Amino acid sequence: MADRHTDLIVASAPHVVAPADTARIMRDVVIALIPALAVSTYVFGARALLLTAVCAVFSVFFEWVTRKILKRSNTIGDWSAVVTGVILAFNLPVGIPLWMAVIGCFIAIVVVKQLFGGLGQNFANPAIVGRIALFIGFAGPMANWAITPRMSQAILSVAEQDAITGATPLAISAAGGTVPTNLEMFLGLINGSMGEISAAALLLGGIYLIVRKVISPAIPVAFLGTVAVLSLVFGLDPIFQLCAGGVMLGAIFMATDYVTSPITTPGRIIFGIGCGIFTMLIRVYASYPEGVSFAILLMNILTPHIDRLTRRKVFKPAEGGAK
Amino acid sequence: MGLSRHLKGVHVKHSKNTAGMPIIPMPVPERVYIPMVQHIGAPCTPVVKVGDTVKVGQLIGNSDQRISAPVHSSVSGTVEAITQGMTQYGRVDTSVVIKSDGKQELLDTVLPPEINSLEDFVKAVRNSGIVGLGGAGFPMSGKVNIKPGEVDVLVINGAECEPYITVDHAVMLSYTQDIIDGIRAVMKWLEIPQCHIGIESNKPDAIARFNELLAGDPAIKVHTLRQIYPQGAERVIIYETTGRIVSYGMIPWNVGCIVMNVTSVMKLQHFLRTGLPMVSRCMTVDGNVVLHPQNVDVPIGTPISDVLEFCGLKEEPKKILLGGPMMGRAVPRDDFAIVKANNAILCFNEAFAQQRKETACINCGRCVAGCPMGLMPAKISRAFKDKDIEALKELNVLYCMDCGSCSYSCPARKQLNFEIKQAKALVMEAKK
Repeated sequence: MADRHTDLIVASAPHVVAPADTARIMRDVVIALIPALAVSTYVFGARALLLTAVCAVFSVFFEWVTRKILKRSNTIGDWSAVVTGVILAFNLPVGIPLWMAVIGCFIAIVVVKQLFGGLGQNFANPAIVGRIALFIGFAGPMANWAITPRMSQAILSVAEQDAITGATPLAISAAGGTVPTNLEMFLGLINGSMGEISAAALLLGGIYLIVRKVISPAIPVAFLGTVAVLSLVFGLDPIFQLCAGGVMLGAIFMATDYVTSPITTPGRIIFGIGCGIFTMLIRVYASYPEGVSFAILLMNILTPHIDRLTRRKVFKPAEGGAK
Repeated sequence: MGLSRHLKGVHVKHSKNTAGMPIIPMPVPERVYIPMVQHIGAPCTPVVKVGDTVKVGQLIGNSDQRISAPVHSSVSGTVEAITQGMTQYGRVDTSVVIKSDGKQELLDTVLPPEINSLEDFVKAVRNSGIVGLGGAGFPMSGKVNIKPGEVDVLVINGAECEPYITVDHAVMLSYTQDIIDGIRAVMKWLEIPQCHIGIESNKPDAIARFNELLAGDPAIKVHTLRQIYPQGAERVIIYETTGRIVSYGMIPWNVGCIVMNVTSVMKLQHFLRTGLPMVSRCMTVDGNVVLHPQNVDVPIGTPISDVLEFCGLKEEPKKILLGGPMMGRAVPRDDFAIVKANNAILCFNEAFAQQRKETACINCGRCVAGCPMGLMPAKISRAFKDKDIEALKELNVLYCMDCGSCSYSCPARKQLNFEIKQAKALVMEAKK
């Protein structure tokens, strides 16, 4: 008889797993953000890289230290804190004092994510809440839009006239001024939050995420589609509305956060449409020029209800069939 | 709202390393340990005594229950012992131990069965000892014991959607005509007007072979199935080939179908032609520690270790699977005997066998998108954690068929299928 093998590993099937694990997915998101970071660095200078690095490092640090204090397992290896840090940095004006950005990281990671139980347990997108908290707490610095010579002439001339620090294209548009051309908007030769300016680079990242099957196109397509349709309804230029403000960044990288968006495709479509509607309602009727983060936060809160209403249909005959 | 035309699934790496390899007969083992339970249904009782001389094809275990399959000797030799011990299913069952004389003498009463009626046919199927050879092991006699007209579609399962396994593919290439003849026999005696053969598109040579030999027979249609696991699951292949829905609490018969695996039909045809019952089976032996991965024909009752000795090992296996990596069972030892339902032995090293560390669910929805039954495994997992039986029922947990697509696709490496198995047990327990 052959050699005996008697101490074999026994486990429940299946015995193979798909290549994508959480860390790989999160790394892919970071990779997808690189083109936008490159454009921002071109437009704003090295400060964009510094802000991103500070937010990433402090997000990871806060994740590590909170889990240490709460005596939970170390999770910094899953890259999710890096993603939150980078996306938060993308949502801040490039010139924001770094200590304020660190407060944003603290709110995102400690308050919104870890105090709710860590990855997968938070009901709202940490980066969005971090941004909103800073926006309300530090209204001045959060609206201090840096101007650089690489931006559109339309923005530069407004900055000269008003001597106020750079109104964003949405603010210029709200005041009835001359806005940058659609090509300038699309490429990102404009001011605004650090990472949101280049629709082209964000779209490139989005395509990467869809090709890598990290995100499904449902939310971005529904979100962007709704913004485009409502722009036409309100008599606005859809290309301008899609490229201005945080729509691209929000639709591709923030509304698609798994944890805080619905789990089924129909649910995701409803979620995306909701984001688009609230964004446009805020832009058109509210006192803020921009509404992407509030729109996504609102839909985050509705996500459990959307999930309940959009369960997948179980495989059974239409009449109900056998018991 | 209707269901979509195709059921969901997951893309699994095929790893069909043995594709195209012929089926090599294994040398007769020194001893066979033939379990009396090799199928779903009633166990058999030994009909031989210690010291009896037996020949190949001789009945050694039988049952008078409706769902069961008789057991025959796979070697000629002497009954050495009748033992009680753990089998590969993890239960203590009776096995008949036969010492081979190496001659493989055939029992002289092995003759082609004479069939003139449906009753004769059902009896012959029963005597063949054949069970579902795709892995489930449901006695074939239990499937064909019907009244004419109750079933109008015969579905032949040649999907072979599990990674690594290629033995059905090999059978489809080597025994195409036998499979077709077997199909025609079943259709004739059970008065079934149409047959659908389902084969995954990764086996174009097998599809071409069938189409060539069927020569446009309108009663038998070959379907090219998409390469998405689990096309070979019974409920899935019925839906993909006929559009009929076999849901929880139903069997194919409820929708006028019988499903048979290609190798089962090949075995049936061989029995009808020769009268030799199920005494051996072909299987794939593969995995990253196997020296010569191949398809072998193994006498029933051969210990796993003998098969591995024949195929060779490069290094110490740390995990041995009976069946494929998606639904196969990991066995704790390699001295279990091969039974009729085993279609593969896969051996892997420690690196492959290592449990992956489970992390938090990130609600990515991959388990939901991949479930062929339309379930929401992530939600079931949460309800199971809370032991919330009402929520589990509402989430239709009992509709799960354990294909494992959810666990496969989970980036948090959660053992969703394992949790669902336990959740089902919880719900069943509460029903009592």
